[in-house]
Amino acid sequence: MKYAMLIYPKAGSHEALGEDEYSTVNAEYWALREDSRCLGGGHLQPGETATTVQYGGAENLITDGPYADTKEVLGGYYVFDASNLDEALELAQRIPAVRLGGAVEVRPLVEVPVETAH
Amino acid sequence: MDLAEEAAQEAFAIAAERWPRDGPPEHPVAWLVATGRNRAIDRLRRELVLQDKTRLLGAEQPAATMDEIDLDDSTIPDERLELIFTCCHPALAVEAQVALTLRALGGLTTEEIARAFLVSEETMKRRLSRAKSKIKATAIPFAVPADRLLPDRLAAVLAVVYLIFNQGYTERADLAAEAIRLGRLLVELMADEPEVYGLLALMLLHDSRREARVVDGQLVPLGEQDRSRHDRSKVDAGQAALTRALSLRPAAGPYVLQAAIASLQAEEEIDWDEVAVLYERLERLTGSPVVALNRAVAVAEAGAPERALALVDSLELGDYRYLHSTRAELLRRLGRRDEARAAFEHALRLAATDPERRLIARRLAGL
Repeated sequence: MKYAMLIYPKAGSHEALGEDEYSTVNAEYWALREDSRCLGGGHLQPGETATTVQYGGAENLITDGPYADTKEVLGGYYVFDASNLDEALELAQRIPAVRLGGAVEVRPLVEVPVETAH
Repeated sequence: MDLAEEAAQEAFAIAAERWPRDGPPEHPVAWLVATGRNRAIDRLRRELVLQDKTRLLGAEQPAATMDEIDLDDSTIPDERLELIFTCCHPALAVEAQVALTLRALGGLTTEEIARAFLVSEETMKRRLSRAKSKIKATAIPFAVPADRLLPDRLAAVLAVVYLIFNQGYTERADLAAEAIRLGRLLVELMADEPEVYGLLALMLLHDSRREARVVDGQLVPLGEQDRSRHDRSKVDAGQAALTRALSLRPAAGPYVLQAAIASLQAEEEIDWDEVAVLYERLERLTGSPVVALNRAVAVAEAGAPERALALVDSLELGDYRYLHSTRAELLRRLGRRDEARAAFEHALRLAATDPERRLIARRLAGL
């Protein structure tokens, strides 16, 4: 089953790292990316760069900033193929954001039936 | 005095389970108070309105993964252990874990579970169905966890069974009996886990006092209980389970320690010095101020009320109600009547149940 890992680092936690720690953390993120079960991922630019588009009646509403009004914003994501939730949760616990005080939300993807070629 | 003794059990039991692996929460006091007797249950009771996510998830479709659970008593014995671990998976809300466990392994109908938690049958049906949908949608495995995961996952299972027991602590004897039955089942399935025996021992020893604990709606403290009303066969069974736990591993975990305390308290002459020592070990294990409060009670009973008071006054428990009733009782014993009265009055304002209020009122009248 495919699982999205939505990474919410603790605000400022990565910036607070020393140079050596930062490269260690960075290497951990890359190691996960190179795990054979990893199907993809991305590191998002900071929340200040976000623009939110919402339904606003006659005109859609375009606002500055991330959608969720919280200090912790989505910082990046992975998609992993794991055999079950326990395996996915073990992978999630290896994401450095967790031990740096942040959180990772694990959500299974909807399985898309493979389309047969015509 | 015994209010703290009798009533703080599950808060520190849950703390005992969670803190060693998660570390203490940021606000241990608030956490403990929030996790105190019936708080978890209150939350279950309040959750009358559930978001109807089940329909979005297509709950009408049969949930293949959970068909086993619907088989109830026809579940083959060899799979009951897998079933328990699935029901008590930490990815499920605690109230869902409790409901699933009772439904799948406790042999209770959905209607009976609903009644026990004071929600409508419809609500309970939705809660169960939502939990089953999550098990299916997220591929929660139907398996005994790998060894490296087992300690945490076993702790979750034991916490669910103890939560069911505590729901039956004062009123619902049937739920307490159900929890004990689950405890016996766990012992049968995991015969080499000391904490499993510890939990069974703890439940049996506490349940042995059921008839003596509440008499005519009055909460009777341990020291004043009619011991002839204690169920001797449960005491014996509890002590046998405790002996077994200690033979498996002398370094006791939180349930074994609590069972050992309950076992000492089942004796005619209670060795309060030893009880205090056990509470100290439990305190080291859990870092819980509620356990420290219980240690203070034991220290006082062992004949050192002044040392106990100093200990109580050093605790950061804010308006935790048993802190104030314990403090009041210590002041009373030390002959500091005015301070005792003020503390009892404070405790009375914080009391949460009628039997507690009556007990404090009796103490106030006797000053």
